[in-house]
Amino acid sequence: MCLAVPMEIKSISNNVAQVEVGGVANEVRLELIDEEPKVGDFVIVHAGFALRRLDREEGLETIKLFEEGLNLELT
Amino acid sequence: MSQKLLLDYGSGGKASQRLISGMFLKYLGNDRLNRLDDAAFLELSGPISMSTDTFTVDPLFFPGGDIGSLAVHGTVNDVAMLGARPRFITCGLILEEGLDMDVLERIIASVGRAARNAGVEVVTGDTKVVPRGAADKIFINTTGVGEIFVTPGPSGHSAKPGDAILISGTMGDHGLTILSKREGLSFDAPVESDSAALNHLIVRLLQEIPEIHVLRDPTRGGLATTLSEIALQSNVECFIREKDIPVREAVAGGCSFLGLDPLYLANEGKFICILPEKFADKALEIMRSDVLATNAQQIGEVRKDHPGKVVLETPIGGHRLLDMLEGAQLPRIC
Amino acid sequence: MNSLEQKLKDPKLCRSIVGRINEELDGELRFMEVCGTHTVSIFQSGVRSLLPDGIIHLSGPGCPVCVTHEREVAAFLDLAERKDVIVATFGDLMRVPGPNKRNLKAAQAEGARIKVVYSPFDAVNLAKEHPGDKVVFLGVGFETTAPTIAATIKIAQEAGVNNFLVLSFHKLVPPVMKVLVEDPELAVNAFMLPGHVCMVSGLEPYRFLADKHGIPAVVTGFEPVDILRSILTFIRMRNKGEAAVTNGYVRAVADGGNPKAQAIMNEVFEPCDALFRGMGSIPAAGLGIREAYGDFDAIRALGLTLPDVPPLAGCKCGDVLRGKIRPDECPLFKKVCTPANPVGPCMVSTEGSCAAYYKYQI
Repeated sequence: MCLAVPMEIKSISNNVAQVEVGGVANEVRLELIDEEPKVGDFVIVHAGFALRRLDREEGLETIKLFEEGLNLELT
Repeated sequence: MSQKLLLDYGSGGKASQRLISGMFLKYLGNDRLNRLDDAAFLELSGPISMSTDTFTVDPLFFPGGDIGSLAVHGTVNDVAMLGARPRFITCGLILEEGLDMDVLERIIASVGRAARNAGVEVVTGDTKVVPRGAADKIFINTTGVGEIFVTPGPSGHSAKPGDAILISGTMGDHGLTILSKREGLSFDAPVESDSAALNHLIVRLLQEIPEIHVLRDPTRGGLATTLSEIALQSNVECFIREKDIPVREAVAGGCSFLGLDPLYLANEGKFICILPEKFADKALEIMRSDVLATNAQQIGEVRKDHPGKVVLETPIGGHRLLDMLEGAQLPRIC
Repeated sequence: MNSLEQKLKDPKLCRSIVGRINEELDGELRFMEVCGTHTVSIFQSGVRSLLPDGIIHLSGPGCPVCVTHEREVAAFLDLAERKDVIVATFGDLMRVPGPNKRNLKAAQAEGARIKVVYSPFDAVNLAKEHPGDKVVFLGVGFETTAPTIAATIKIAQEAGVNNFLVLSFHKLVPPVMKVLVEDPELAVNAFMLPGHVCMVSGLEPYRFLADKHGIPAVVTGFEPVDILRSILTFIRMRNKGEAAVTNGYVRAVADGGNPKAQAIMNEVFEPCDALFRGMGSIPAAGLGIREAYGDFDAIRALGLTLPDVPPLAGCKCGDVLRGKIRPDECPLFKKVCTPANPVGPCMVSTEGSCAAYYKYQI
């Protein structure tokens, strides 16, 4: 269950963030997110609430390492 | 404050007459309609394509169109898909008592504009006004006829293994636009309905390409449902590649958080064209030269392996069934 | 399109992982996911069709619609008939069949006031717009969804909205997984843990899978690379004779989860026994509204009870949810039970494993 998608924060006011995905704008509430998000952050949104910040650098790094590992084994 | 529509306007009396001459003839008038006889006198010859559709849409006005233009485009496109030149359409209105006269006038003006652009005449019509609550603002029925000029004309039964499957542009624009304006679900999407009359482009294609097997417009149920219908009617497999199906970023974005699939969203200005592979490039060239089909693409081909089914190749190279939709898609959270 | 999103769907990378899976797989591996979004991702992305025959994919009790018990469905269908009530719900519940094939769609056609909302917060606005009615939000879902509803109840309280109620049928994932792994007939070698549930709850509640039962489990994201990578991890752990609970979705999940969301959830809800479709009552597997928020509890405020209803005849959803049979092994599948005429909830939910089999399997 639990369809949740990353959306980019465009602005924040009063515990509500304006977010965007593919140019589609929506509003999400920030009551539940555990670290203060900033404009430009990607947050994972479920049922109108941001639940966590998406760590994109971490995501890229993990895949890079994994991919390198795979290639090492293949050679 | 705008004047409201009263039940009297549908009575057939003087109020009806005022509506007819003040609004309908003003925006829709032509030699045939202006005679105001009980029926329209038409001169048609040869095989005829005929289609009827009833339009209900909420909201009535949306980015890229309104219920009036939609009612013309929908029927004109259906008539054209059989290989016909649409000539005449009818316009039947069911109106809810209390409708703003301004709203009605905007819609009728839009019907007139859309008909002129499509090159069809509104030749007969009807108006009923029902008590408040018995209908939702306005329902429009249009029936269209056109002369078929190619034999055999394209049909959903004629797809053959080896044929190429083309679509005329991006999928889901109309469906997502309407959803984005729905009460309780509003979000801002930089996308417009693709509602448009396709008949001029269709006529050109049929004149320049010697053999077209299928033409269909993927309206309700979207590309997935329409291709499933064709696969069943022709008893063939429609094999398509997801990476080749054009979908606007905004449509994909809106679908992502609502849990919807763009391949099931309605289109109102796009068509599927299935034809022998050797004519695919020429057809794409013609389509792309028209502003209504600049994003035309070949998305797959007709096969015989899984008759009656649509098989989708996913971007990672997996394969799955693309089934017909069961009821309307609902936004979901899980 | 930026590179992270591209990488997570990269066909070349997917092919390399599938290559490794084929090389390293020794014997049959039966893995179960307990998340409807995984069910859909695995079918929709085509991952399933790329897996070798030795990898058996099972869908467990991870679709909130599928696990909602027939007595709970009967309760909200009864509720929808009340004249003073507007039901607000996620779209997911609209077609769930209850006793006598009733569902919310049919109730709506008969005049019940039912509103599909995208966020529970929208239901509070609905309550403000209808001060003379009671707006009851149907609270279903697991640890991902429950905090959003807890937060909404707190917002309603602060705003003094007193005609907003929640019918809480929320469920918790770890207790039902405990029931699964304690079943002596269980035939699952590895668990794919629900990424977004773990985003809230963290990894701790799942450690018992490896520590006590020796079953590897990986918290998994929803992109093809995430899913394939977890399958490769299962194989590697098994080949080494190891079992651990690991985090394969670090970009979204912290090992400790989201403490703030946990706190709000725990402030509003307390664990209670819960009914699961096909599995019966499971201790402490549900979330009820605490007394401090009793004014927002539809059960207390409206005096609701769960009606007794007979189970659906012939429906094997319970066995499907426990991974005992595949959907196509149910005698009703595609014959009596279809998406147009679903017998059980696994066929009606978009995320149900039976619906996924019907819809995506060539």
